[in-house]
Amino acid sequence: MTDRIFTGVVWLGAGVMTALFLWLLGDLLWQGASHLSGSFLLSDPADSGRSGGIASILVSTLLILAVALLAAIPLGLMSAVWLTEYTRRDGTLGAAVRLSLDVLAGVPSIVFGLFGNAFFSVYLGLGFSIVSGGLTLACMILPIFIRTSEAGLSAVSDDWRRNAAALGMSRASVLWHVLLPAAAPAVASGIMLGVGRATAETAALIFTSGYVDRMPTSLFDSGRALAVHIYDLSMNVTGGDRAAYASALVLIVLIVAINTGALALSDRWLARKVTFS
Amino acid sequence: MIWSRPSFLSRWPTDRWLAPGLGVAAAGAGLILLLVLVFLLREAAPLLGSHAAIGFLLDAGWYPLEGQFGMLPMVVASLAAALGALLLAAPLGIVSAIFLNFSAPPGVAHLYRMIVALLAGIPSVVFGLWGLTVLVPLIARWQPPGASLLAAILILALMILPTVALTSASALAAVPKSLLHGAAALGLTQQGTILRVALPAARGGIINGVLLAGARALGETMAVLMVAGNVVQYPGGLLDPVRVLTANIALEMAYASGAHRAGLFASGLLLTLAVMLLAWLAIRASHGGRHD
Repeated sequence: MTDRIFTGVVWLGAGVMTALFLWLLGDLLWQGASHLSGSFLLSDPADSGRSGGIASILVSTLLILAVALLAAIPLGLMSAVWLTEYTRRDGTLGAAVRLSLDVLAGVPSIVFGLFGNAFFSVYLGLGFSIVSGGLTLACMILPIFIRTSEAGLSAVSDDWRRNAAALGMSRASVLWHVLLPAAAPAVASGIMLGVGRATAETAALIFTSGYVDRMPTSLFDSGRALAVHIYDLSMNVTGGDRAAYASALVLIVLIVAINTGALALSDRWLARKVTFS
Repeated sequence: MIWSRPSFLSRWPTDRWLAPGLGVAAAGAGLILLLVLVFLLREAAPLLGSHAAIGFLLDAGWYPLEGQFGMLPMVVASLAAALGALLLAAPLGIVSAIFLNFSAPPGVAHLYRMIVALLAGIPSVVFGLWGLTVLVPLIARWQPPGASLLAAILILALMILPTVALTSASALAAVPKSLLHGAAALGLTQQGTILRVALPAARGGIINGVLLAGARALGETMAVLMVAGNVVQYPGGLLDPVRVLTANIALEMAYASGAHRAGLFASGLLLTLAVMLLAWLAIRASHGGRHD
């Protein structure tokens, strides 16, 4: 009897959560899709975003994302390789780097915004620009990217390293031709996690890449990211809710699309480079 | 590590600079945290040295233009919002985890896991938008003005639910099967097995997840900023509009200068320390509560 009540409570809890999710998703789809159209994606915002579209916003968002990934991926991969291949598991230096990254991963995004503003915008003189925003995001996504890639690299069997060493391969080519391809799915999922976090980010960008909604002409222009656009439309622009919902729908579709793309890309990379199992 | 021979003995020239190069990159990545803290301190320094540092606690309120930097109302609001969200999200998240691991048929569990993962991927600004346009008007119909501590708690709870659910689910999945089989052999009901065996065994992982979710709630900016009303005051009840620390930074950074700007950086520093403390407790919980 009590077992049945318990099961009921568990199913009820799951039901409540599913209902909340469907409510949220339904609102997004219903209110967003009605305002969404081809011209919304292809025209620049007008009248503070009430009318017009989000073309310039999309370009800025993708540029910020590109800067963030271009900075984070090389630095992150090199760090992950160093952590797995060149430190002992109980080494102090490696442990210090890992601890520092774990703490960094927990720093609130608004604090990254403060830091990015003080360091990139003011101290380095980059101002409110796409570069400032992208580099701030790079700092933000670095920990999760490194830790995921590191997990992928250390999951590669040591047999592969021994075999490669026995064949007289240089460490560089072992890395490039064996270890990194084998860890590619983990690296890709690290990138996906990072992209998801970066695309969704608002608080870290308001004071680094800024508010300007014009089409950026260079990386040193200020550019408004999609998430910042949604915030501005819903808080500061009366009558901007419909455009905000449409932008929110685009943002979510963008995140899902980038994730799917990264997954497909990593599958192809894996198939091309590692043909033994 | 199997590459015990030092890199400089390698007969390949690229290997000789590979190790130091990678080491420099890793050191750079590790130093970012230090850089963040140094710049927070540097910008907050004009206030930290002076009498105003005590003023963070003692000043009557947050009137930065008059040199009053009393952060306590916003600290209380931040804590209240995060704690309220945890009180809602923790039970529902743990129930979700039990559902995933014990109650749901495989197909349903797969679907449910997808829903939770999708919910986890929704940007906070979208939660804020939804809260502002759906939840706040709903609360306002009952008790105006609607934008309130309650709205912040509800939106935060929805946001951190996936974190609690997913971490608790993986903690429950890691409970050794032999424990569950033993419980079944002793004739425990499913309820008994879950409540008396599985949950206590997964205690460390669950507490770890709840604390991490709490840290996320404390550090969240946009969603709270958009629904909480942003009046600097001690929350007298659930329906009072409040302003949390993170929202204060986002609202005032645009025009802050001088001591005001320093005050905002000081509040950022305080926030970082609070979140670091929670993360430290989470790590301790996951080590201390392990069941053997």
